[in-house]
Amino acid sequence: MDSAIPELATAGTLPSAAPAAASILGPGEVQIELEVNGERHELSVEPRVTLLDALRERLKLTGTKKGCDQGTCGACTVLVNDRAIDSCLTLAVMHVGDRITTIEGLASGEQLHPMQAAFVEHDGFQCGYCTPGQVLSAVALVREGRMTGDDAIREQMSGNICRCGAYENILAAVRDGARRMA
Amino acid sequence: MKPFRYARARDPQEAVQMVAVDAAASFVAGGTTVLDLMKDDVERPSLLVDINGVAGRAIVRAGDEIAIAALARMSDVADDPEIAKHAPMVANALLQSASPQLRNMASIGGNLMQRTRCSYFRDIVAPCNKRRRGDGCSAIGGENRRHAIFGGSESCICVHASDLAVALAAADATIHTNGPGGTRAIQVSDFYLLPRDTPNVETALHHAELISSVTLSLDPALANSTYVKVRDRAQYEFALVSVAAGMEIVGGTIRAARIALGGVAPIPWRVPEAEAALVGRPATAASYREAAEIALAGARGCGGNDFKVALAANAVVRALEQIGSAA
Repeated sequence: MDSAIPELATAGTLPSAAPAAASILGPGEVQIELEVNGERHELSVEPRVTLLDALRERLKLTGTKKGCDQGTCGACTVLVNDRAIDSCLTLAVMHVGDRITTIEGLASGEQLHPMQAAFVEHDGFQCGYCTPGQVLSAVALVREGRMTGDDAIREQMSGNICRCGAYENILAAVRDGARRMA
Repeated sequence: MKPFRYARARDPQEAVQMVAVDAAASFVAGGTTVLDLMKDDVERPSLLVDINGVAGRAIVRAGDEIAIAALARMSDVADDPEIAKHAPMVANALLQSASPQLRNMASIGGNLMQRTRCSYFRDIVAPCNKRRRGDGCSAIGGENRRHAIFGGSESCICVHASDLAVALAAADATIHTNGPGGTRAIQVSDFYLLPRDTPNVETALHHAELISSVTLSLDPALANSTYVKVRDRAQYEFALVSVAAGMEIVGGTIRAARIALGGVAPIPWRVPEAEAALVGRPATAASYREAAEIALAGARGCGGNDFKVALAANAVVRALEQIGSAA
């Protein structure tokens, strides 16, 4: 097996297809391709760049927010292959070949996604900083078939903190958004 | 985070080999533990070997055994109908863990390898023997509301953070590994190590040893089981105390019992004396209370956490009542 370990590289390319031999990349920048909201983007990132920072700082998709940066607040929630995750606790280089959906990918042109429309209608926010993450968690819970009532909403939205405390309106928005998505 | 190198391994042997040749290398699956610790500067791996592509994520039942792939996500296992039916305490423990996002990310192997949430361990300016042996324990005599009432030592009184590990301890699960020396199977009871004077050594795993799967042997006490978690808020919070409990009850008499406590010790805390005290006894509140008192007999608070002794006893009673009335 020793001979299979390649020489240390300071930079490299991570293709979307499985490489012929596992390469050790970094700590310098690595060329990667990410699929975000149906579009492919080529970018160079160090391995230590989180998916969150790659989205915000490299792709300028600043709808995804940085709150705690440690998986506690959920402001950075995105969908990866349709599942809600915290983009602050994963590396951009780990998502080559994945389908990433951010808040920017929900609306169709000027037509809001039904869950976004429900948040607007029910005033499901105050400052709005946590809202992109709230909306993505809400969309995921409906798509995953977990919308069984208010208790399910409270559990499934528990990874998204709202410091303004707009929880009652968020609950109403998710309830209504789920109906609109049906 | 400090700069580091990254590689995607293609199979378990390659992953093990890549980590084996670098003493400062780590595996990464979901990343929710290792990246968090790297941001806090508690862990500084030179190389992260991504194991997400080395194996599948299947949960497979074969006869009286369920095998859970180490790369299965917490949410995969929590949602699995066979787990919910045959090992509800495992599903319940997972559903009460972390947040939906983290459950979608964190692998089963990573969950078992997560490190304590002791705030001193995660604060690099506070002395901590787990981070650097010999520095002292800030929790002893410090803020220790969340700390251990069993199994602590002069050097460490942390509690283990995993709910899943508590359920797996009660279930007598087996952890299967791939390592530089080949494969092996480790009982959960042998997997976690008490801190003694080496709190930096937490498990029986060697460097570069990789968890491949966890197996459960099904039995009636596992099928009639639950997980009670008591915490400061209803969701997304670590346990103050928790109880994984299962009982086989035939004609109102307890035939077998499984009980492990969480949030009370540096390792999942099995209480065999309390289990033995239940066997042959009627499934009644009096039996449950007696078992709870036996379970907590050796507990000792360290100031801020004295309340945990009564809280854990009551949680044992509540768990046994839940499965006593369900039987």
